[in-house]
Amino acid sequence: MRLSVQPDPFDMGAELNRFTNDASGAGAIVSFGGIVRDDTGTMTALELEHYPGMTEKAIGQIAQQARDRWQLHDVLIIHRYGRLQVGAPIMMVATAARHRKDAFEAADFLMDYLKSRAPFWKKEHGAEGTSWVDAKDSDEAALNRW
Amino acid sequence: MTVDLVYFAWVRERIGVARETVTTTARTPADLIAELSARDPRYGAAFGDVSALRVAIDQELSDFDTPLENAKEVAFFPPMTGG
Repeated sequence: MRLSVQPDPFDMGAELNRFTNDASGAGAIVSFGGIVRDDTGTMTALELEHYPGMTEKAIGQIAQQARDRWQLHDVLIIHRYGRLQVGAPIMMVATAARHRKDAFEAADFLMDYLKSRAPFWKKEHGAEGTSWVDAKDSDEAALNRW
Repeated sequence: MTVDLVYFAWVRERIGVARETVTTTARTPADLIAELSARDPRYGAAFGDVSALRVAIDQELSDFDTPLENAKEVAFFPPMTGG
């Protein structure tokens, strides 16, 4: 299981290939990748702050919860921090399981929890200045699905 | 007791420091907020709306009435926006 909190960019395709090659015996791989999006057309960068120490711990706990709940061969979580450009990958998760249902549900669960329970905070940088991204009520509500 | 306080995102910006060590008699994060807010208006600006705040005790997400006991580090921050 690889869990990485890093400032550096990563190659989603290469990561997925490696994960797939290492997941021997799995019959299903599901992956999700998050990309820096500019909804306003004026964003110059996205800054991600995090809580070193707690971030790694929280991600480890979230991954363990997924492994306890679904039959998984392996889990991959990569989450970046620092200053990111529009179009750059922010994070990815991948799950390997015997059957697709476990892989899909676990990946969905991981994303919901990473969004609201991993200590990251996003700040948008634009021509007009900077602003912190507010958490959405729908993100918190999404946790109740599980 | 002496405890390290850490702040993130706009909580850090409003208080003006990322980390500080305080001596306190607070028994819960809610007590800490009340104590700090009485000390300096910067804390009032950061802690004014508790519904917009989250707290972690020794890097575990906690409630505002969770006993601090022998906590070494208490963090205050806005709701998280990962993913």
